[in-house]
Amino acid sequence: MKICYFDHVATNPLYPDVFEAMVPYFKDEFGNPLSIYELGTRAKDAIEKSREKVASLINAKAREIIFTSSGAEANNFAMRGIALARQNEGNHIIVSRAEHHSILNSARFLEKNGFVVTYLPIDKYGIVDPERVKKSITKETTLISVIHGSSEVGTIEPIREIAQIAKEREVIVHTDAVATAGNIPLNVKELGVDLLSMTAHQFYGPKGAAALYVREGLRIVPLIYGGIQEGGRRAETENVPAIIGMGKAAELAKAEMSFRMEHSGRLRDRMIEGMKRIDNVYLTGHPAERLPGHASFCVEYIEGESMLLLLAAKGIYAASGSACTSKALKASPVLLAMGIPAALAQGSIVFSLGRENTDDDIDYLLEEFPQVVQRLREMSPYAKGWGDKKAEVECV
Amino acid sequence: MYSEKVMDHFMHPRNIGEIPDADGIGMEGNPVCGDVMKIYIKVKDDRIVDAKFQTFGCGAAIAVSSMVTEIVKSKTLDEALSISKATIANELDGLPPEKMHCSNLGADALKNAIVDYKSRHAQ
Repeated sequence: MKICYFDHVATNPLYPDVFEAMVPYFKDEFGNPLSIYELGTRAKDAIEKSREKVASLINAKAREIIFTSSGAEANNFAMRGIALARQNEGNHIIVSRAEHHSILNSARFLEKNGFVVTYLPIDKYGIVDPERVKKSITKETTLISVIHGSSEVGTIEPIREIAQIAKEREVIVHTDAVATAGNIPLNVKELGVDLLSMTAHQFYGPKGAAALYVREGLRIVPLIYGGIQEGGRRAETENVPAIIGMGKAAELAKAEMSFRMEHSGRLRDRMIEGMKRIDNVYLTGHPAERLPGHASFCVEYIEGESMLLLLAAKGIYAASGSACTSKALKASPVLLAMGIPAALAQGSIVFSLGRENTDDDIDYLLEEFPQVVQRLREMSPYAKGWGDKKAEVECV
Repeated sequence: MYSEKVMDHFMHPRNIGEIPDADGIGMEGNPVCGDVMKIYIKVKDDRIVDAKFQTFGCGAAIAVSSMVTEIVKSKTLDEALSISKATIANELDGLPPEKMHCSNLGADALKNAIVDYKSRHAQ
């Protein structure tokens, strides 16, 4: 069966060249980078080369990159590490309603531990208004964290404007760039951010390697205490193969950046154009300020998980922010924060494209998807409209 | 995630649609939380002779609707009222735990349809 993988926000396949670069470090080059003999120093050198490549992808200095095990860890580290490092200066933190759970749940942890958190609203496109950021800053504010690009709705946030406002008020800015790093050009100096999270498996690298950029001179409290790895800021016996893979993936992402953006952007535009032909399907997120490979919709009168299952039966893999799809049985908070009615949010479907997708994939999707929608609408009690549904009632 | 039986009933649902001259119609659920099931029954001599459904919801919800409309046919109203969430889940070779509460609404929708039939019949 033909497989169309449209779930690059979930994870990416490992690029073959990346795998090849990793292989020696699973085999002969197994040394601990802290060991003083050559087996160890070779591993250490390889890690440092990888650090340079990762730094180069976002125009940072190598010493500004701290390797972590995941994007979630990088986000936890940024939130807790800066909140604690600056707690003598203030206890107020600002995040947006567009954030990933790893930021939101870190914020909730900090709230339980005496910090005050402001959750910035987002508009119907999922965008944070920099003016709202400005108004939310108090004398107590130490950290602002706003996502760079949303994996749920594809919207790219005005981080540069937000960072500029923060800088004027001497507030530290973190951005979660897990969905954007390696997929669109990133320059930490131009963006003006102090911290940035990224993860390798979002740009054809392996799982288990990620990084937090920490601007030179900025103090951060470790999340993991132990040895002197990563300048004493993050202890572990390094996951050498994964870190090597991340470096290689960063190098390839930089070299292929314009090709990847053009390719997935063009396919995405074809997909969005084709979807417009189906009645009552709405694009979610910003129409222009969005990730090149990201097309997300709400399909009225049907539910996301059943769409995913019917698509999967045809070899098409996608994602949904519906309540039934999430194990927590809650609709995507980002969709709800954008003001999308909860019943419509149930029809969420997210397609995210990558370098290996083809025009044939788009043709196949555009042929199959209308049938999936029709089939589910035929069995929906709402096929003729919502009627007097209780859809706006809060779910208990 | 789902048993083969659930997938079979999801991929090939039985008894989809409305019964225009139904004797009883029952609805359960809320699109805000997840699933909504609407069950139509046709009754003759206290026995359910036909049942159809319309469902908004996930794979489990559709499979539950399909299964409940299958097992209820030719049952007496009293027998139909004794069908529980557990009966339907068992018939489907089990449901994931998180789907037991939200998606397993077939028994409730059926109950509502029978209540609707009885209230119409009482008049």
